[in-house]
Amino acid sequence: MLSYILKRLGIGVFTIWFIATATFTAMHMVPGDPLSNERGTNEIIRANLERQYGLDKPVFQQYLLYMGNMLKGDFGIAFSEENRSVNDIIREHFPVSATLGLLSLLFATAGGVLWGALAALYRNRLPDAVLMFLVILGISVPSFVFAALSQLLILNLNQWAGRSILPVAGWGDFRSMLVPALVLGMSTMAFMTRLMRSSMLEVANTDYIRTARAKGLSPTRIFFRHQLRNAILPVITVLGPAIAIITTGGFVVESVFAIPGLGRYFVQAVAQLDYTVIMGTTVFFGAFLVLVVIAVDILYGFIDPRIRLGAV
Amino acid sequence: MNSDNFSPHRCLRVFALLLCALFAWPAVAQNGVDFARQAVQIAMTGEPRNLNSIRATDQLSIFYLEHVKEGLLRKNARNELVGGVAERWEMEGTHAKFWLRRNAMWSDGKPVTAHDFVFAWRQVVNPEVAAEYASIMYPVKNAEAINAGKMPLEALGVRAIDDYTLEVELEAPTGYFLALTSFMIYYPVREDFYKAQNGRYFADVENMIFNGPFKITRWVHGASLRMEKNPTYWDADSVTLNVIDTPYMTPDSKARFNLFKDGKLAVENGLQGLEAEELRDALANRMRIHSHSDGTVFYVEFNHRPGRVTGNTNLRKAMQAVFDSQELVYKVIGIAGYIPGRSLFPVYMNGVNDKFRIEYPVPQPELNLEKARQHLELAKQELGVDEIPPLAILCDDREIAILQAQYFQALFKRTLGLDIKVDSQTFKQRLDKSQNGNFDLILTGWGPDYEDPMTFGDLFASWNVNNKGRYSSPVYDSFVRTAQGTSDQQIRMDAMGRMQTHLIEEAVILPSYERVANVVQDPRLVGVMFKQTGASMVLTYARVVE
Amino acid sequence: MSLNTPEFSASDFAPAPNLVAAERIVRPSLSYWQDAWLRLKKNRRALCSLYIVIALLLFTLLGPVIWRQDPALQDLDAISQGPTLGTRAIVVEDPGNWEGVRGEPAPLPPGGTLGAPTLRVEGIATTQYVRLVWSMVPGAQQYLIYRNDHAPESDQDLGLPLGTTLSPDELSFEDRLQLRPQRYWYTVIASDGVEEAAEHTTIEVSPQRAITVSQARERELDDTVGATVDLPAHPFGTDYLGRDLLARLMEGARVSLFIGIVAPLLFVLVGVIYGGISGYFGGNVDIVMMRVADFVIALPFLLFMILFRISFGIGPGESGIFPMLLALVLLRWPDTARLVRGQVLQLRGEAYVQAARVLGAQPGYLIFRHLLPNTMGPILVTLTFAIPMAIFTEAFLSFIGMGVSPPTPSWGSMSNEGIRTMLSSPHELLFPSIFISVTVLAFNMLGDGLRDALDSRMRSRE
Repeated sequence: MLSYILKRLGIGVFTIWFIATATFTAMHMVPGDPLSNERGTNEIIRANLERQYGLDKPVFQQYLLYMGNMLKGDFGIAFSEENRSVNDIIREHFPVSATLGLLSLLFATAGGVLWGALAALYRNRLPDAVLMFLVILGISVPSFVFAALSQLLILNLNQWAGRSILPVAGWGDFRSMLVPALVLGMSTMAFMTRLMRSSMLEVANTDYIRTARAKGLSPTRIFFRHQLRNAILPVITVLGPAIAIITTGGFVVESVFAIPGLGRYFVQAVAQLDYTVIMGTTVFFGAFLVLVVIAVDILYGFIDPRIRLGAV
Repeated sequence: MNSDNFSPHRCLRVFALLLCALFAWPAVAQNGVDFARQAVQIAMTGEPRNLNSIRATDQLSIFYLEHVKEGLLRKNARNELVGGVAERWEMEGTHAKFWLRRNAMWSDGKPVTAHDFVFAWRQVVNPEVAAEYASIMYPVKNAEAINAGKMPLEALGVRAIDDYTLEVELEAPTGYFLALTSFMIYYPVREDFYKAQNGRYFADVENMIFNGPFKITRWVHGASLRMEKNPTYWDADSVTLNVIDTPYMTPDSKARFNLFKDGKLAVENGLQGLEAEELRDALANRMRIHSHSDGTVFYVEFNHRPGRVTGNTNLRKAMQAVFDSQELVYKVIGIAGYIPGRSLFPVYMNGVNDKFRIEYPVPQPELNLEKARQHLELAKQELGVDEIPPLAILCDDREIAILQAQYFQALFKRTLGLDIKVDSQTFKQRLDKSQNGNFDLILTGWGPDYEDPMTFGDLFASWNVNNKGRYSSPVYDSFVRTAQGTSDQQIRMDAMGRMQTHLIEEAVILPSYERVANVVQDPRLVGVMFKQTGASMVLTYARVVE
Repeated sequence: MSLNTPEFSASDFAPAPNLVAAERIVRPSLSYWQDAWLRLKKNRRALCSLYIVIALLLFTLLGPVIWRQDPALQDLDAISQGPTLGTRAIVVEDPGNWEGVRGEPAPLPPGGTLGAPTLRVEGIATTQYVRLVWSMVPGAQQYLIYRNDHAPESDQDLGLPLGTTLSPDELSFEDRLQLRPQRYWYTVIASDGVEEAAEHTTIEVSPQRAITVSQARERELDDTVGATVDLPAHPFGTDYLGRDLLARLMEGARVSLFIGIVAPLLFVLVGVIYGGISGYFGGNVDIVMMRVADFVIALPFLLFMILFRISFGIGPGESGIFPMLLALVLLRWPDTARLVRGQVLQLRGEAYVQAARVLGAQPGYLIFRHLLPNTMGPILVTLTFAIPMAIFTEAFLSFIGMGVSPPTPSWGSMSNEGIRTMLSSPHELLFPSIFISVTVLAFNMLGDGLRDALDSRMRSRE
């Protein structure tokens, strides 16, 4: 077990190195440089700036320097916010993205299991049709349309109620997280609902359910103890990829709802060609995902004894 | 399957109860204006990039800095230049002297002294500090040489005679120098405090010290920034607001406008102005729309570098003769109040006694398709080509730029049969292309650094780094030199009047529009000041009425 | 117990008749694909999706042949117009010939206050221009002009600030700001340069739809002033530059569906080849190749899409479709590669493959004849699900301004443009996003149907 984890971690380190190198290469292929600004600078100022950021050195030396600092856990100073280190930016903004991501994952999973179970329960009847229609909507409407519409909806709700029922935008208390998390989790929820529904139906046809029914167990007991528990397993297996999608896919929601998350920073950094922030966020997200995947794989081993670890 | 005992309805009921409990929580969000507390809330597009006044460059930083710090001079509520830290001053030729007030204090109670100015100004031109706006300090004697590392910092033409007297030597007579001293890079910085921060000056609330009407009391990066009234400010009596809070930072203007509609903001889009759709929305919601010139002039600049066809005057004149800036502004852009461009010099600039544009009317080029085609034929002969090769029009990736680029593309195709390629690039890529001259036409604009037409006029001097098209004309350069070499207003303005005519007659640029900022504000908020240089919105003299 | 000996006759020992008839296959023999097609046909939803996909392809390819409006033609008089079936307009003189009205300003009489001017419209009010003329107000330094689309309810509700006159002798204003054939209320207020007058004048104006003489000439319509002309129909309305939305949607479909279909085809192809090779050879080759695939999978997808978008760069006049394709292929191939490799590994052990190998089949023959065709089912399903993903990715990138470069339309960039005018002209958002949704939906359902039809093990029991 331990050697398996160590091996996975070792590969993970290589993967992170690969991500860092790929980012560095892609970034330096971009024409333009992070120091240019709307107001032109003369050669004197320009040279001073380059020296300060170490951009006067050859690219390969910059790469080695950066990798060295990264090993020490130092992502450098941001170009666009000169007083802040990239480590600070990640430390301050990642928790926001992570909170939003986890909350929406919670919504997605809870909603997915609930709606999927309900749809299976009312199979081919009205609730099923309604739920499946909503699911279809959830997977086929782009998230930015959802985000804009839901904000408009809150606004009209508040105006209709004459008071602030839900905040239109911003970040802070739980109420401000509610709608963004729902919007972010929407497509995942739709996906999980479908998965849950078909998994429920599959389980309903198994021998052990038939046996349980033949034994005369109450339908409620069968539903909760046997059907639901077994049907949830496939839903759990998609949690890993879902975490990846949700935590890095928050740009739209973060921008529409004025949420100070890391995703927004990345998009801004790309437009600003902020070398250190681009590197920092990509490497950090990459490392985070690698760790999540490892953790999820190990967790599966505990949840589902059929999966044997070590057979990579 | 059978589901008689299982009740999903019960689940739903629990869920509904939970939701109700959620909404019953007390609302923590404040409203846009609060009369009793004299507090207002605003939203910004993002985070101020650098609040260190020595190195700051962006609009957001300028906005906050103008509220929390003060230079020798400042703008009062009527947008007039009055004494700030300086009580009185004298200026003659290249020599200026400022007497500071004894009651101007830092927020820790220590006085603001002449040494704080000397230290700050030296840091601005210090090559090691690498301040981007150092060139705005260049009117001060030796500033440029020091910035190039050719002279020691101490050679800068600024000297503290004693704690309260500051003496400045200029390179040449500079009529607008006094106005410059209200600009942020001229703000004082106290040496002992600055050095104690170890390079983190103004990076966080604990690294800040203020001498302006407000102080920053809380800053959650990327999320919120709060300013409160500074009781140690020497003129604190004229400040009514207690709190200016920025609880929302988002680049999404729709989101900010929705916040305003929801009553969460006192004023919306004081820095950029509302977009057409937001204006329609504001109108439908019976909001009062305030409109102010924000100072920026937009134009199409041609690439005049050797080898570019746009260096040909006849080709440019052909384009000039088919371009109607009224059509662009009224039909395509469609934002109320934008002024169709006629000149590089905006309408609000002052001349000798009256508005510059009234004293020096712009020649109006005729809109004439026949003449345009004649110019085009001439251009083809002069260039020795049968067809003008495709021209690239460079712009940024904001929708208003893309809109115009597509309009120009269709316009020049329809009227002159020219092939135009739209080249929309993200911020840094556009800068890179414009600096390296990889364009034929570029959609660009310029906001004034100081209140004198010269801030626009010298843009097309052959030596100006912001001359993106590298226009180079000895005639134009001579006008610029004439205007820069004297402090006689009549001679200066006459020279600039000639620059204006030259730009149109030679079709150096195609002026497209002068921007205004349309702003919505809570009717209870009064006294908000809007201006063209420095921070475009100032809340220092604003107050909340009942 | 006695043995019962059965009685045999000679005929019992005759050879049985050759019952070929019993072996005859009565029903037609079905290949794997025929069987799948039959099953797909039975699935109503999948069939319906298939029809939608075909309809979309027809819309894209044949649409422009039937609907012949130029998607790039800008009609600046019909900006953001809702769906219409053709309108009529009158022809008016070109603007810009109007000198305006000037009058000698008079000083404010001592003790007097600024009054309100009298206001009228010069000529007829049309959507080309509304010419306002007012009387001089003594003491006025400038006049402020407002326009509203409802009757002002108070001094605070005057509407859009259209502009301010530059000098005190200007007594007229020509409004050309995106006029529509509807009612407007114009207000003019005198100002002494600092304070606005307390009184103002408001008039109601209903401009007629009009086009100018030169526009009429350009479109080869009757160009006499006062003539009535027919303007083209826009069944889906127009966009922010007055371009026909239906024609734009057809052109956008070409971009969106091209990216949506070609990108998955390419990366699935790369994945199939890579995975096939890796799975066939196994061993160290497999380990190394899969490690590389794992590296690529670990790259955060959207972050790298954005990064690639700017590193590949888009030159002037380029649409940016190719860089997006390349980025999608570079980042997306490993998923298919892994899938195919797994399948191939499994199939390699099957008896018929072993048999072929024993009979001396070459690796190429084995891979392309036996292994790949038998993994076709899952590959096809992956492909169908990859299409909505690619379309969504394109839309998302367009939303954050990293999509195709203007003026190339795509459904994603069109809905991004539409989202800004969501309230005033919802059709600009509605139509492109409906197209995205329907396409994504159709391919998703088709994918479901295919999965059910092709692979009984993967079949979701519904």
